[in-house]
Amino acid sequence: MTTREKILGEVLQNQPASLPLPDISRFQGNEPDVVQKYKTVFESIGGKVFLVDDFSTMKCLLRQHYDTSKRIATTLPELGFELISPDVDPHTYEDVELAIIRAHFAVAENGAVWLSDEVMGQRIIPYICQHLAVVVRAETIVPTLHEAYEIIGEGTYGFGGFIGGPSKTADIEQALVLGAHGPLSMAVFVMK
Amino acid sequence: MSYQTTTKDHAALAEAFIKDEERVDWHDGALWYIREKRDIASKGIPEWEELREAASQIKSNVISNLHDYLLQFEANLKKNGIVVHWADTPQEHNEIVYAILKAKEINQMVKSKSMLTEECGLNEYLEERGIGVINSDLGEYIQQIDNEPPSHIVLPCIHKRKEEIGELFHEHLGTEKGLSDPTKLTRVARKPLRNVFMPRRAALTGVNFAVAETGEYVVCTNEGNADMGAHLSEVQIASMGLEKIIPQKKHLGIFLRLLARSATGQPITIYSSHFKKPREGQEMHLILVNAGRTRQLGRPDFQNSLKCIKCGACMNTCPVYRKSGGLSYHNTISGPIGAILAPNLDMKRHADLPFASTLCGSCSNVCPVKINIHDQLYKWRQEIVKEGHASSTKVFGMKAMAWTLSSSDKLDKAGRAGRWFMQNVPFVVNNKLNPWYKQRDMPEGPKETFTEWYLRTNGD
Ligand code: SF4
Repeated sequence: MTTREKILGEVLQNQPASLPLPDISRFQGNEPDVVQKYKTVFESIGGKVFLVDDFSTMKCLLRQHYDTSKRIATTLPELGFELISPDVDPHTYEDVELAIIRAHFAVAENGAVWLSDEVMGQRIIPYICQHLAVVVRAETIVPTLHEAYEIIGEGTYGFGGFIGGPSKTADIEQALVLGAHGPLSMAVFVMK
Repeated sequence: MSYQTTTKDHAALAEAFIKDEERVDWHDGALWYIREKRDIASKGIPEWEELREAASQIKSNVISNLHDYLLQFEANLKKNGIVVHWADTPQEHNEIVYAILKAKEINQMVKSKSMLTEECGLNEYLEERGIGVINSDLGEYIQQIDNEPPSHIVLPCIHKRKEEIGELFHEHLGTEKGLSDPTKLTRVARKPLRNVFMPRRAALTGVNFAVAETGEYVVCTNEGNADMGAHLSEVQIASMGLEKIIPQKKHLGIFLRLLARSATGQPITIYSSHFKKPREGQEMHLILVNAGRTRQLGRPDFQNSLKCIKCGACMNTCPVYRKSGGLSYHNTISGPIGAILAPNLDMKRHADLPFASTLCGSCSNVCPVKINIHDQLYKWRQEIVKEGHASSTKVFGMKAMAWTLSSSDKLDKAGRAGRWFMQNVPFVVNNKLNPWYKQRDMPEGPKETFTEWYLRTNGD
């Protein structure tokens, strides 16, 4: 008997009589102003939200808020920075100061954006950069995670993740510190 | 490197912890502060109680259909290109990890937070075989360099003061002496820890939720360390206990709404990463670990403990945990949930843990999957006494308690006797032979019982 058979056999023998799954369709958000809610929640986590009309306003803001003399990598050709290549060794992005990528949508109740590897350029990008900026369209913001998973569905991605702010830790005496291993800051550009 | 193993029981270890009164007060307050943040976060969700109920029901469905879900999960993992392994014991788990690394001639690995691999003693096992492991979660890293196990499943070094961490960093990272500012300490650790990820070809993570329907698994962190390790690695390994399964992807909506709010009062962990397929050129392995879970599944009184999503809320709220510290539980998972999981692994060794509770029920009240933790603690006590593993003072206490509670007449008499003792000869109760009196002042007993009071004021 293999280990697998042994374990599965014990599970089958010991599991109790089957209980049904609950209906969870009643769970849904009813937030009237998801953009405002998103901004409030995300900023309370330590992120920054910019409401912008187009890429040219966004470019101005990027110049004001970040050191553009350092390495900036993006998946958005509109911005005119170095484009992320899916084919190079991910380690080569270690010195990226700012990464700018698009998110599929954002969640108002918790401030998180949803990104799959299809929009990351490379899986490592949003985690390895010193600062992260994400573009999300205002009309894609949903109230809660329930709507979020409805949109995600099965998904065609190999990797996907919610990111809800700059990397953080409170491991030392419960004092909140932004910028543990990952980005020191995160900004979301909500585009009308 | 291996942790000092102990033969002392919870009471003896707690006694050492409570000697430093200032630290105990601080520890108590720090955890209560997290409990309060959890309360604020949960009150922000009007349907909170319904979410808990739904989560509990989903998990009941999981443990009662685990066999089929495991098969479904396995089939979908394979479809996604992930290699599946099964381990019945911690030893088997460690051997599998070692074989994966050996095949690739890898001798350095980075690991994000995983209580399961702590339970398995993986680091020690690999280090004995020449493979270096670094824990990348900051709290776990601090515990690792101090050669101590984690004292809390979410906040591994919550029992340490910042000055002690400054001292450790001075010794191990060469930072200036006397540094104790948390921001500065985190910043100085950032650089060397980021450098740890660069050369390591293998990364191991734990698993928070494993979706049977899609064959993907979700890892939640705040630091981003699981992702740093995984996305830079050639070989990615995930270790999970059998009970981490959830049936469908949409159920993540329920669990992710509950997890971080219950754990730290955050609306969601910063990173909730869904791993489904290896990236180009990468190998992904997933190890399904039993290590006593099927046995717990077969114990009707305790099988619900397998619903746990490891949020740590029961620890933060527990008056005994807050005052005695996680290390006094001498088990990887400490606190109330540890005390109902550990006796399943080794009833004799962990016979003391179900007694490390006041049975106040606060743990069950905060648990996001509604595990009846305090009932299970009580049931374990009976089981342990029956099996003859309880110390003699506890057996006497339990028998006396059962006898006293067995009729209202006895209870009345015992109550009157107790009050008489407290009022007339308190030293009989407040002495060294009564373990409850250590560090406690006995309250003054009331002059009469409720029944006596009722009869005097209402009865004619
Ligand atoms: S038993 Fe409940 S409260 Fe305790 S860690 Fe598990 S899920 Fe959280």
